[in-house]
Amino acid sequence: MSDSPLPAAIYRTDRALRDGFWIRALLLTLALGFLLLFLFLPLIAVFVEAFAKGYGLFLESITEPDALSAVRLTLLVAAIAVPFNLVVGVAAAWAIAKFEFRGKSLLISFIDLPFSVSPVISGLVYVLLFGAQGFLGPWLKAHDIEIIFALPGLVLATIFVTFPFVARELIPHMQALGSSDEEAALTLGASPWRTFLTITLPNVKWSLFYGVLLCNARAMGEFGAVTVVSGRIRGLTTTMPLHVEILYNEYNSVAAFAVASLLAGLALVTLALKTYLEWHFADAISAKSRH
Amino acid sequence: MSVAVTIESVQKSFSNFAALRGVSLDVQPGELVALLGPSGSGKTTLLRLIAGLEQADDGRVLFDETDTRRLSLRERRIGFVFQHYALFRHMDVASNIAFGLKARPRSERPSASEISRRVSELLELVQLGGLERRFPTQLSGGQRQRVALARALAIEPRVLLLDEPFGALDAKVRKDLRGWLRDLHRRTGHTTLFVTHDQEEALELADRVAILNDGRLEQVGSPDDVYDHPATPFVCEFLGEANKLPVEVVGGQAFFGNRPVLGGLQQNQGGAASLYVRPQHMRIVDDTPLALPGVVEDLRRNGPLRRAEVAVEGLIRRIDVDLASQVAPAIGERVRLRITHGSLFAAA
Repeated sequence: MSDSPLPAAIYRTDRALRDGFWIRALLLTLALGFLLLFLFLPLIAVFVEAFAKGYGLFLESITEPDALSAVRLTLLVAAIAVPFNLVVGVAAAWAIAKFEFRGKSLLISFIDLPFSVSPVISGLVYVLLFGAQGFLGPWLKAHDIEIIFALPGLVLATIFVTFPFVARELIPHMQALGSSDEEAALTLGASPWRTFLTITLPNVKWSLFYGVLLCNARAMGEFGAVTVVSGRIRGLTTTMPLHVEILYNEYNSVAAFAVASLLAGLALVTLALKTYLEWHFADAISAKSRH
Repeated sequence: MSVAVTIESVQKSFSNFAALRGVSLDVQPGELVALLGPSGSGKTTLLRLIAGLEQADDGRVLFDETDTRRLSLRERRIGFVFQHYALFRHMDVASNIAFGLKARPRSERPSASEISRRVSELLELVQLGGLERRFPTQLSGGQRQRVALARALAIEPRVLLLDEPFGALDAKVRKDLRGWLRDLHRRTGHTTLFVTHDQEEALELADRVAILNDGRLEQVGSPDDVYDHPATPFVCEFLGEANKLPVEVVGGQAFFGNRPVLGGLQQNQGGAASLYVRPQHMRIVDDTPLALPGVVEDLRRNGPLRRAEVAVEGLIRRIDVDLASQVAPAIGERVRLRITHGSLFAAA
């Protein structure tokens, strides 16, 4: 008698598990199928196309002068835009997380603005402002300063589009940490600068890395805003995404995919680092002991 | 090394909330003072103001003769222990404690060997020797609290400020640490202010207790003083249980209804008043002219104490009475209560 409830209970759990299994299988198939169709296949296609005419042509495509100049320009733009956004993003996040002031929520909305504005519009704004027919155009021309269709324009557009990444990562983390660590350091006699370097930065370093990583990926891959301000002077103002598009429009698909595969490679590296950081980041808060 | 802290009518508001409405308090060098009050009473704001983490809107804080408005945070030399300790989680225990010494300008900074000597000395003082290389996440709550204290003591503070020092600990650890802190204070002799909402903690630890309510100081005095002679009804109710009786004072006697319940009052008191009586200041008696009749409605045991709840005609709330060990009334029994000690406040 006393044994009878037990098998029934096991049976129920068993059935519940089996029901869950079919639902899980269905959801997993859907998710994996979607990923396969819309992510992995295109990604594989990029690499297949890139190497379609052999390794030699691939190498040639990415080492011809225009391609190399596109790579150089992309790296240069990122090398300026990312550190700039790093500094300004940290400053903005610091101000928002540690101080109370009027218009704080407005500032947070403004930081998000580049995410909600179409990149093309972001680029157009700079053309309207700095272009030959633009608001500041005549003055810039008189002083022989080139912004649009030159490096400064590309950098400005990239900075605008990628600005939110660092600040957006840092703000919630800094808010969650509060200010008492910094207050403790200050009461112990540390200068504000020392407090920032030895307390604030180490506390948020993982989210900072994470933000910089995403910011960099976007800075190198940005197309919309950059295309408007670039003017596409081949070998001079074409970044890698623009170079890919030009080649593709010229039906030079091997070269287009060869350069695209470099960008895809960057995306894969970013993804790997991001996953590693996410894994490490969750870990870092609970146990910093393994350093 | 320890200084006297003088607080002169400080005021502080946050946007539209007045946290401190003119508080003055003198703390002697080496004294251990509790800032006691319910949440929102302004006690933590006062502590942060002394530390220099907040600026007063009005009034000033003096360390001995020095106006602290002229001192930077570093120059104040405050040892501040935060409620949740605010230990630097990416540094081990030794680095946490050494932080204040290493942050000094080069000319005043002790040598590396001197710093490590001080660190182990402080760890011995807080009874955590050998834990130098541990990280804060590897410590228990009580250990973290002591690391925070050692870190604050490392800069040889002139004033030690503790914000709810036992707030985040469980009851058992809390009791142990209380005695330990009292002992530590006796040995080191720092002028110490600590914030607490726990009246038992304040009364047990402090030389003097300052009771805050709604941004004002209600009373300052020794634990015995504030407990036995509360200056306001708030202090009386906050520091422990009290039965409240509406009375009429006539000719040196307090009358409940038409019964005299307490005599020997000063002749200048008179009129409607509230009489506050603690449960231990009520006694069941056989017969006496000054007594409150009632019926025992319930009997309870609370640890070592036995308590009777007595219904008195004309009062909605039952009167709590602590029972002497030899007294054993039955439920439903009619009793007479004598008040041995009470606090009288003119009715508002």
